[in-house]
Amino acid sequence: MPIYVRPKDITVPGELLAEGQYTVEGAAYILNKKVIAKSIGIVEISKEKGRKIIKVIPLKKKYIPQAGDKVVGKILDVGVTNWTVDINSPYTAILQATEVLPRPTDAAKIDLSEYLDVGDVIVAKVLAFDFARDPLLTVKEKGLGKVTRGSLVEIDPAKVARVIGRKGSMVKLFKDMLGVELIVGQNGRIIVISDDKDKELLAVLAIKKIEREAHVSGLTDRIREFLQARLKKVGD
Amino acid sequence: MVAKGEVKLLREDGLRLDGRRLDELRPFKIEAGVLRNADGSAYIELGNNKILVAVYGPREVHPRHLALPDRAMIRCRYSMATFSVDERKSPAPSRREIELSKVIREALEPAVFVEEYPRTAIDVFIQVLEADGGTRTASITAASVALADAGIPMRDLVTAIAVGKIEGQLALDLNGLEDQYGEGDMPIAMMPRLGLVTLFQADGVFAPEEILSALEMAKKAIEVLYEAQREALRKKYVEIREEVLGSG
Repeated sequence: MPIYVRPKDITVPGELLAEGQYTVEGAAYILNKKVIAKSIGIVEISKEKGRKIIKVIPLKKKYIPQAGDKVVGKILDVGVTNWTVDINSPYTAILQATEVLPRPTDAAKIDLSEYLDVGDVIVAKVLAFDFARDPLLTVKEKGLGKVTRGSLVEIDPAKVARVIGRKGSMVKLFKDMLGVELIVGQNGRIIVISDDKDKELLAVLAIKKIEREAHVSGLTDRIREFLQARLKKVGD
Repeated sequence: MVAKGEVKLLREDGLRLDGRRLDELRPFKIEAGVLRNADGSAYIELGNNKILVAVYGPREVHPRHLALPDRAMIRCRYSMATFSVDERKSPAPSRREIELSKVIREALEPAVFVEEYPRTAIDVFIQVLEADGGTRTASITAASVALADAGIPMRDLVTAIAVGKIEGQLALDLNGLEDQYGEGDMPIAMMPRLGLVTLFQADGVFAPEEILSALEMAKKAIEVLYEAQREALRKKYVEIREEVLGSG
């Protein structure tokens, strides 16, 4: 049962990764006991209970909504009882008026654009999505709702995990070094909030650097060095 | 007008008019990610052919009733630039372009995991900037690179090449002249790693054993092209890795 690739190898669709009984995760599939890559990605091999897991982390993807995901959306259209929201995905989302308005409200008498208008940016959570119908959003939890300040950065959804870092380490790095708050949507949109415009801009540059270099190891250290060097320059 | 078979397509020394052996590909170049605003893109040069492919999607289908409930639809447009051939081509889609769009779509479809993105569309735009025989196969080769560059999950890349017949002998990768005056042309597209054929056409007359050896000839060339496709896709990421690790 040979494995033909090493961790960190870059795959292309159709590439043979291994033959035999393996647990397969990510952008790979099994055909006739062969493990084959589905897309351009990075190989990761791990072990669990004596069984090897072969995983392909895609380098590029479209965001597919999943219940529970935090996303950053833009209001596309205001309806009578709902908003249509662009969530940087092949599927546009719906935000029902009942999720925003205080409970006993007659929707017919209210102009929803007074609450959220076209072009507004919101942080929302995906309530439900099953491919058959458009995803439903909610803003009813703490930290969700309309965004009124900060910069909006868009990156490939495949790189979101790297911006968050292991257990939020990267987000913490931004907070510790720059005092910048990051709201990271699973859909690849990130809101950067700071009172200091220069630091906000620096954070945006750092996020772009993460997106570009996400597949090269030692990312956190590189970003730390990058921020340190830039901060020093500003200090002088 | 000169009738087919009356033009000398082989030289005295047995080579073809452009100096190639019978089983030799034209010089080629494949690049991925050449367009900034497309989700995926590719550029191919094969001999004098120059083709640009842009892929958008998966994205929402408009008008919405066209969407398929259980899978993504692939839409493909093959179009030739007005300046791509000697005599100006009318910009309106010709019968040939419409047919090629369909043929190319059907060659790519088996490779894509369309069921992962229900109710969406994947758009493939193929623009032929310069044409010199074998544009459909070059288009397929480039389009599959563009699809992979867009991050669309695929079973395998699709690679294509044509084998033709000139002066009674099989010849790989016919150019425009050989296509026009030769005795036959057989475009073949394959998923090389899976060993499956996704396109097989032929015009002209081929004996059964000729078809078998043509297939072998095509397979060899497809391996060479596949390696170039793979390199084109990896290049961007490998370069960044080398740049970052080299400086640190």
